[in-house]
Amino acid sequence: MKFSALALLKQALSGEPWPEQWRSPEPKPAYDVVIVGAGGHGLATAYYLAKEHGLHNVAVIEKGWLGGGNTGRNTTIIRSNYLWEESQKLYEHAVKLWEGLSQELNYNVMYSPRGVMMLAHTEHDIQSAKRHIHANRLGGIDNEWLTPEEAQAFCPILNISRDIRYPILGAALQRRGGTARHDAVAWGYARGASALGVDIIQNCEVKGLRRAPSGAITGVETTKGFIGAKRVGVVAAGHTSVIMQMADVQMPLESYPLQALVSEPVKPVMPCVVMSNTIHAYMSQSDKGELVIGAGTDAYTSYSQTGGLHISAHTLDAICELFPVVRRMKMLRNWGGIVDVTPDRSPIIGKTPVEGLFVNCGWGTGGFKATPGSGHVFAWTLAKGEPHPINAPFSLDRFRTGRLIDEAAAAAVAH
Amino acid sequence: MSDGFRIKGGRIDRAKPISFSFDGTVYRGYEGDTLASALLANGVHLMGRSFKYHRPRGVLAAGAEEPNALVTVTRGGGRSTPNLRATQVELYEGLQAESQNRFSSLGFDIGEINDLAGPLLGAGFYYKTFMQPKGAWAKLYEPLIRRAAGLGEAPRHPDPDHYANRFAHCDVLVAGGGPAGLAAALAAAQSGARVILADEQNEFGGSLLAETTATIDDQPAQDWVRATIAALNAMPHVTLLPRTTVFGYFQQNFLGLVERVTDHQAAPPSAVARERLWQVRAKEVVLATGAIERPLVFAGNDRPGVMLASAARIFCNRYGVLVGRRVILFTADDSAYAAALDLFRAGATIMAIADLRTNPTGPGVDAARAAKLPVMPGTVIIAAHGRLRADGVTLGAIGEDGAVRAAGDLPCDALLMAGGFTPTVHLFSQSRGKLTYDEARQMFIPGTSVQRERSAGGAKGTFALAAILAEGHAAGRDAAQKAGFTSEAHVAPQAKGDIPVAGGFVGAVPQPKGGVKGKAFVDFQNDVKATDIIAATQEGFRSIEHVKRYTTTGMATDQGKTSNMNALAIAADALDRPLPQVGLTTFRMPYTPVTFGSIAGHARGDLFDPVRQTPIHGWADEQGAAFENVGLWKRAWYFAKPGETMHEAVVRECMTVRRAAGLFDASTLGKIEVVGPDAAEFLNRLYTNPFSKLEVGRCRYGLMLNEAGFVMDDGVIGRLATDRFHVTMTTGGAPRVLAHMEDYLQTEFTDLKVWLTSTTEQWAVIAVQGPRARAIIAPLVEGIDLSAEAMPHMSVKTGTICGVETRLFRVSFTGELGFEINVPSDYGRAVWDAVWAEARKHDVCAYGTEAMHVLRAEKGYIIVGQDTDGTVTPADLGMEWAIGKSKPDFVGKRSLSRSDLVKPNRPQLVGLRTADPGFVPDMGAQIVPVANPAPGSSAQGFVSSSYDSAVLGRSIVMGLVAGGRARMAETVFITRLDGAAAPATIVEPIFYDPDGERLHG
Ligand SMILES: Cc1cc2nc3c(=O)[nH]c(=O)nc-3n(C[C@H](O)[C@H](O)[C@H](O)COP(=O)(O)OP(=O)(O)OC[C@H]3O[C@@H](n4cnc5c(N)ncnc54)[C@H](O)[C@@H]3O)c2cc1C
Repeated sequence: MKFSALALLKQALSGEPWPEQWRSPEPKPAYDVVIVGAGGHGLATAYYLAKEHGLHNVAVIEKGWLGGGNTGRNTTIIRSNYLWEESQKLYEHAVKLWEGLSQELNYNVMYSPRGVMMLAHTEHDIQSAKRHIHANRLGGIDNEWLTPEEAQAFCPILNISRDIRYPILGAALQRRGGTARHDAVAWGYARGASALGVDIIQNCEVKGLRRAPSGAITGVETTKGFIGAKRVGVVAAGHTSVIMQMADVQMPLESYPLQALVSEPVKPVMPCVVMSNTIHAYMSQSDKGELVIGAGTDAYTSYSQTGGLHISAHTLDAICELFPVVRRMKMLRNWGGIVDVTPDRSPIIGKTPVEGLFVNCGWGTGGFKATPGSGHVFAWTLAKGEPHPINAPFSLDRFRTGRLIDEAAAAAVAH
Repeated sequence: MSDGFRIKGGRIDRAKPISFSFDGTVYRGYEGDTLASALLANGVHLMGRSFKYHRPRGVLAAGAEEPNALVTVTRGGGRSTPNLRATQVELYEGLQAESQNRFSSLGFDIGEINDLAGPLLGAGFYYKTFMQPKGAWAKLYEPLIRRAAGLGEAPRHPDPDHYANRFAHCDVLVAGGGPAGLAAALAAAQSGARVILADEQNEFGGSLLAETTATIDDQPAQDWVRATIAALNAMPHVTLLPRTTVFGYFQQNFLGLVERVTDHQAAPPSAVARERLWQVRAKEVVLATGAIERPLVFAGNDRPGVMLASAARIFCNRYGVLVGRRVILFTADDSAYAAALDLFRAGATIMAIADLRTNPTGPGVDAARAAKLPVMPGTVIIAAHGRLRADGVTLGAIGEDGAVRAAGDLPCDALLMAGGFTPTVHLFSQSRGKLTYDEARQMFIPGTSVQRERSAGGAKGTFALAAILAEGHAAGRDAAQKAGFTSEAHVAPQAKGDIPVAGGFVGAVPQPKGGVKGKAFVDFQNDVKATDIIAATQEGFRSIEHVKRYTTTGMATDQGKTSNMNALAIAADALDRPLPQVGLTTFRMPYTPVTFGSIAGHARGDLFDPVRQTPIHGWADEQGAAFENVGLWKRAWYFAKPGETMHEAVVRECMTVRRAAGLFDASTLGKIEVVGPDAAEFLNRLYTNPFSKLEVGRCRYGLMLNEAGFVMDDGVIGRLATDRFHVTMTTGGAPRVLAHMEDYLQTEFTDLKVWLTSTTEQWAVIAVQGPRARAIIAPLVEGIDLSAEAMPHMSVKTGTICGVETRLFRVSFTGELGFEINVPSDYGRAVWDAVWAEARKHDVCAYGTEAMHVLRAEKGYIIVGQDTDGTVTPADLGMEWAIGKSKPDFVGKRSLSRSDLVKPNRPQLVGLRTADPGFVPDMGAQIVPVANPAPGSSAQGFVSSSYDSAVLGRSIVMGLVAGGRARMAETVFITRLDGAAAPATIVEPIFYDPDGERLHG
């Protein structure tokens, strides 16, 4: 059933229940493609496999509930003003898809390009910001330099006093950056994929990867039994290393807890997204009115989603310095997710040494923004057995050849 | 207005009347009141508007679980606090509160139109519409929705209050000061344990503060509370923290508490912190956080005047307020009868007690019957009526067949709900303990512990007072014992006469066939109805986490304290699955919202981050230096004379260094003392350069790579003895380099005998650079031959300067003759003053980091982190010479031979001579082949350093350019933000004194 204002009206008048947004089937014995992990990236992959590559015999296997991983825990910042050309192409591909995603999925994902502003507090920050701006302009991506006064005009509650510990010296603004509603992205893709025949199997954990004597993948062992597959795509974020280990593939990943928090909801005060890498904090305001706040990862690798209080504390110190009017506001909810971090802070999307096994991971602290683009190119990769030109540079192999795409070069956290 | 609903009794202080205002109207209350109790005393039930439908709302509860009565309290000086629960706002003279989320007034709110549009605005409606045309969401719909959403308004001014922070250790932390918590704290304290007892309320006692019939140890319960507090107060090892919420349970028994220190005071002393964050490491924890009553889910259950029975009882007994004169109760729990009896005795007419149970029994029921209250078994409320205030109900009778039939209407002015109690397991769950589901009583209770804690009382699902006290006592003793205190045999307090919680109901109450008109709410604040939850399950949302997110149930500021169990039961019912299988949403920190300011504490303004200053900082400050932030350091940036611009100052400083000399404070330079028999070998492995053959008294430039083969730091390393090196590194890199070294020493090179000590702060470093450098320091130095022969470039000697021990380096980052005088920090200023006095005879100046950058760039010296970015190899920098070819290994060596690191056309460091000598490109500008590259073009590299050089009279530029070293004399273009890219020629990256004659002077 197509969603629309008219459909809402009809349903309101008739009182008829809406149909299920996605089916909850039992697994079939085998599929052409099995995707491990029903986060946004996994679901988007399944959607595009069915939509653009005619592969409908596809399953997405999820140990918990779909969208319950980092997809449902992130602070939803979207931007494409990355430093390197390879990254720009990847994230810009995603932004282009974001722009029409609600219509594509017939699901309001609330993509809201309200501007992402990244603050500079030191001479080094200014150099880094300008380097991004020059690189982005050349790449055809919008990014502009603002003086402190211009930054404050864009975000009136910003404190641009020169007398604070780290005064704001300027900012880089990507106007097309913004946010989207994370749950809607997972649900919209799930609904779309399910309608195209994809089986989404929740509460089913992958416990092993089965291989033929040749070494090629033949399927996955799960808590619901063996499920055969010609190709398997692992899209399991913070737990990717664990799953890849099942096929004896060691991943260059470290998993860290990353926390976020929201305030109680208030009327609109924050018209855009503001990020400060130097003092480790960023903030936006959700449509509900909550201030959405995040920071850097905990210092140690861990699979525990409980981060330390001192990390949130440091974030809030910074937030209160940048936005002094929020000091009396209250933290409503604090949570964490496990992020998978690569040595160069760029994702890994492509083939693995094991035949039939593909991986899409390493998005770390900043993969939500890439969801549509990542699913799109990974579907291509799974369907054709070869990477799309956009994800070709993001191979696992690059850690052997040294062809790194180092986005950490310029930023400690890359949301 | 008169406080006509005030009755006798309660714990308020009638000798202390208070006047306060709500939405501009002035009312009277008393000390001991909350805003909610005082408004109710004045007959005001309408206190808020709901989030989505803007329904008129009154108080539901009497404590932290309140979802409806949210207000903004302002108190001058920019102090404005939104979203406070009126039930927790203590009254003080002059308190000013405003209602929220209404357009016009509480009584007339245009937003209420949403209530009429209700059928259109069901669960998740916004995901199904607002999609056309493309782009309209952000431009049109979202701004409208945003304006309608949100509750109170964020403050408009910076918060003038301050917040304190305390760390504490204790043997036993007791969370919650009701009967279980008091008994636990007493038992633990009696055995000698250091106890912290925290309770979110202004008084200890919890449910006992509203208790009328029970006795403990043969005295009225409230007397026992008083005596117990007095006993605890008398023990020096007990810390009592009222108004303190335990909001978070972290790993290793680390808990976060927030104490509200001044919010209840009319005139808080400005020196006192508004709130205090306690971060407590407890050996053992007792969770005595009680239980929260559940509403019943039926049409109109949100009308002002409809509230929890326990709340009405608290308002009556604790605050002396009657919530209505004609009261109806709707219950599935015996404890509601206690409320009925208390209100009845206080003068209310009990119109009906509708009991869901067909055959209710218990001490409460018996007492009510004895008092001739109208007990109606097998009866439900089908709907409550009234808009701004409940004015009646429709009753329903449950037949033998279970079907509900309407059984007439009754008027009322208050309707009390009692759906049983939900144990407050938030902290237990945060501690990662596993909950178990008690099938018979339909509640989740603490199961297996993961940390050193135990629950007692209501938090564990125990409701009879005698059992609560016994459990609390046992928990306190157990905790003390496990913390190492063996207690003597104190006995648990004995109780009788209470009417305990018994029974309860979860889910939507039975309805007549065909349903009922009107909305039955589960989550009040977020306006989530029973039908929304059912609709979500029909739409395929089968996990409670999905239901929660789709409907927003449990996501309001009360985080579902009153709603989660009902939502879960309704979902389980709709899915026809056992309740525990549908799952329970995670309990997240914090228990109740915590002020940002409390968490940030003292870390604001100057204390936001520590400031690192060099011993010479004060001098620079006196000279009027401008400082720049570099990491935590403040570094002197430039020394402008009166009337000078920054540019003029930098030009003067650079020219003076080249002409005569300059003094530079290099104290921030990172320093590590590397000592031990294997020190040289250690450095061989950590740096690309060889160190074995470096003579004592000589220095070498060291290049440090990471495992990937990329440059991570550099610095000068001096050998002071065969087993001792003075290693320097970049200011910002020092902590990273030490960690890197320690990491290798402790995990990879465990065979080496080496010790590392950070000495950055031990030495002040005074750089004297320029042709006159030797002449300046010569008169001050003793015991060191400064001649070029005895002390050539790149050497280090020890001796004294001004009588102070020194490590004197002959090094240069300017290309001039230069010395770096290291003296113990305590002497830094004195030596600097002496050198400065000497220097002035030579007409020199002090220079800052900006001039330092220009001077080094003129010489083509790199700055790691500026001319490198984590992707640059030594070869890219043209620094193959720094690699010890005969060394078997060093960190990063293997990576250097990877295919991508040896490919041709890598970006290489070159100089760029702009065609226009006045053009100083942006650092970070891109190098392109043409002046107007098409958007989407690739860059050939970027500008890493770019300055205006006074001595050369033109700009100097360095950059990393693809294959650059083979492209000398080629023309490239440098992007500008304000126009076409500008031409430049590729040249050697050294602009001044290429033969280094000045260096060796
Ligand atoms: C606090 C926080 C803030 C963030 N902020 C931003 C931001 O502002 N902007 C941004 O772009 N990015 C942000 N991110 C990062 C972003 O959330 C992730 O990069 C992105 O969502 C990853 O999506 P995914 O689909 O790959 O992973 P996930 O959504 O985590 O999906 C992986 C799925 O795999 C499942 N799984 C794991 N193991 C198994 C198994 N054995 N069997 C079956 N299933 C399994 C998991 O249950 C999970 O559902 C943030 C992350 C966090 C934690």
